Amino acid sequence: MATQVLMPALSPTMEEGTLAKWLVKEGDKVKSGQIIAEIETDKATMEFEAVDEGIVGKLLVAEGTAAVKVNTPIAVLVEEGESADAAPAPVAAAAVPAAAIAPVAAQAAPAATPAPVAAQGWPHSDLPEGVPTKTMTVREALREAMAEEMRANPNVFLMGEEVGEYQGAYKISQGLLDEFGAKRVVDTPITEHGFAGIAVGASWGGLQPIVEFMTFNFAMQAIDHIINSAAKTLYMSGGQMGSPIVFRGPNGAAARVAAQHSQDYAAWYAAIPGIKVAMPYSAADAKGLLKSAIRDPNPVIFLENEILYGRSFEVPAEGDFTIPFGKASILRAGTDVTVVSFGIGLTYALQAAEELAKEGISAEVINLRTLRPIDYDTVLASVMKTNRCVTVEEGFPVGSIGNHIAATIMQKAFDHLDAPVVNCTGKDVPMPYAANLEKLALTTTAEVVAAVKSVCYR
Amino acid sequence: MAAKKPADRPNVSKDELLKYYREMLLIRRFEEKAGQLYGMGLIGGFCHLYIGQEAVVVGLEAATKEGDKRITSYRDHGHMLACGMDAKGVMAELTGRIGGYSKGKGGSMHMFSKERHFYGGHGIVGAQVPLGAGLAFADKYLGNDNVTFAYFGDGAANQGQVYETYNMAELWSLPVIFVIENNQYAMGTSVKRSTKSTTLFGRGLAYGIPGEQVDGMDVLAVKAAGEKAVAHCRAGNGPYILEMMTYRYRGHSMSDPAKYRTREEVEKMRSEKDAIEHVRDLLLQGGLASDDDLKAIDKEIKALVNESAEFAKDSPEPPLEELWTDIYA
Repeated sequence: MATQVLMPALSPTMEEGTLAKWLVKEGDKVKSGQIIAEIETDKATMEFEAVDEGIVGKLLVAEGTAAVKVNTPIAVLVEEGESADAAPAPVAAAAVPAAAIAPVAAQAAPAATPAPVAAQGWPHSDLPEGVPTKTMTVREALREAMAEEMRANPNVFLMGEEVGEYQGAYKISQGLLDEFGAKRVVDTPITEHGFAGIAVGASWGGLQPIVEFMTFNFAMQAIDHIINSAAKTLYMSGGQMGSPIVFRGPNGAAARVAAQHSQDYAAWYAAIPGIKVAMPYSAADAKGLLKSAIRDPNPVIFLENEILYGRSFEVPAEGDFTIPFGKASILRAGTDVTVVSFGIGLTYALQAAEELAKEGISAEVINLRTLRPIDYDTVLASVMKTNRCVTVEEGFPVGSIGNHIAATIMQKAFDHLDAPVVNCTGKDVPMPYAANLEKLALTTTAEVVAAVKSVCYR
Repeated sequence: MAAKKPADRPNVSKDELLKYYREMLLIRRFEEKAGQLYGMGLIGGFCHLYIGQEAVVVGLEAATKEGDKRITSYRDHGHMLACGMDAKGVMAELTGRIGGYSKGKGGSMHMFSKERHFYGGHGIVGAQVPLGAGLAFADKYLGNDNVTFAYFGDGAANQGQVYETYNMAELWSLPVIFVIENNQYAMGTSVKRSTKSTTLFGRGLAYGIPGEQVDGMDVLAVKAAGEKAVAHCRAGNGPYILEMMTYRYRGHSMSDPAKYRTREEVEKMRSEKDAIEHVRDLLLQGGLASDDDLKAIDKEIKALVNESAEFAKDSPEPPLEELWTDIYA
């Protein structure tokens, strides 16, 4: 009986990969556990083992093939004496049972929409006009930002778990060890509390550390040094000693990683005077904001998102591109309602705006970019024009950024409001693992559409 | 731990002993004055006095050179005076005045001096340990031969981040000297009640860090141990641990009920082990100074401390706009 070998999902967010190399050829005998191929994802190159025993009847996907979707049959194993032709034809095989792919499709739900901005022609009003651009992923943009700043300033260094020899748990620091060496790309033990403290001390000693947390969930171990040591020292020292340091890493929900790995900390950190908080959406945001963060003389919390890492956007191709903190951008101009969001929340905001446009509702979508400082002026000016506002974020609802925006609008533009401000947030529950529940726990495009309609009384 | 006669210390000069006497006395008189001002309501909040432990900072400062750094906990007044910070600025910070080192915004537990390489003044027990290792990381990265003294107490020695730091400091050969000021009580909990293995420096051995226990009431023993540790660090051999056996005469803070130890125990330490009396004896018995000489120093120190108290009372409170400054650089 022939067995199909399917393209595996090698990480929670993987949707496709490159079949980099076959380590077996047709006619070879394989044992279960034998490494048969190397598969490259956007995070890493990984070895792929056979699960079953048999003879390689047919290699269905040639090595070097890119963008092979998860669950696509890539080879057929046959038993002794059996012909590979007995196996189902590749085309038929591609119709993998729905049950087999459902979890993968569902878990990647937020990422399922392919790079929307460029593809669907949404405006790039936040990029300087007339500047030549190049397409790059958020991941590449972050890497480029760090590399450029490390080239420019010998006292900038990167430290964290797996940033060096492993090339980054999410491949953000890939290649940096080769270029800058182990002195400036420092692999740490798994000891967030300790290395965050060491990094803050190093920032007082004349260096500008970039601390990578494998995820901000692990920064909970280090939060004392972020808040008590980094954020407060300039004030406590009467202005003598600040902490020029960047704490960065993925934040918020990824896909199917459950409650302890899925929290959005934006509102927590944004509550603290003495730190700055950035949350990029696009690759241009990622590059421009991270370069500004590294140059900033204050501690900066830089909240990335795993699902956005692999998405592509246009980024200025030349020159020293930075984005100032406290300057929101209008990603899409509109007249009927202001949708304020940041980070991955903009995925829903922009999709909702597109759908609403079809129904004749013109939404103005604001990308806050930084949450401390917040560009209140851009938000208030927009609300004074549209008279309605919906906020979108993935974090918990109590004490959310949306709550704060709503309170600010109420205080500063109450007479301009034609409807209460509505906050779309993650639900007030720990993140569930089950695919259907996880989807429900996050905010959705449909919720944003419904919220906008409610404030427009439609 | 008996007081050593000068004959046992052939290398100690009269000037050196007088210097230690003066510096330790300054800390003691300063702290007594701070206690007094606290009682008068001029100092508020938490105030942790260093009385009894003076030999530790004075002895270790004698082993430093310009550019070396120090960082400590909230019991920090002695460290600041010993590294050459101005008594007026420290006292004015205690009273929350603009003339204080942090313009009145840090208080007793949070003072800093970039000029004197003093990096605080930290209120979270144990936090200064990785921070200190970070200062040493910077020195190593920048390629100079400075060392950092990271002071912490026997209480902080039970914090996990201390051991996270030991591991990285030894792994990366950081030039940091971990100084455990073992004054035998973490607030009101004695070492024996909190710690099974009571030789605290010994825990460093598990990480490959050498260390030793030192009579922290003997300024000369402290200095000698400090020089050894500094030589180890400066030569690029990584961290070193000094466990200073010392004693605080006063309570943990100003609101300490002192129910956890007997008055006799404190009295015994004061009468038999006092660090200042020790040096005083060395000077007098060795014929290096007369009673009058020491009285003159006492008078001089008293004047200096009174001057700092006057400054701290006269310096105005910070102007209200200071509320909104120094949040961002």
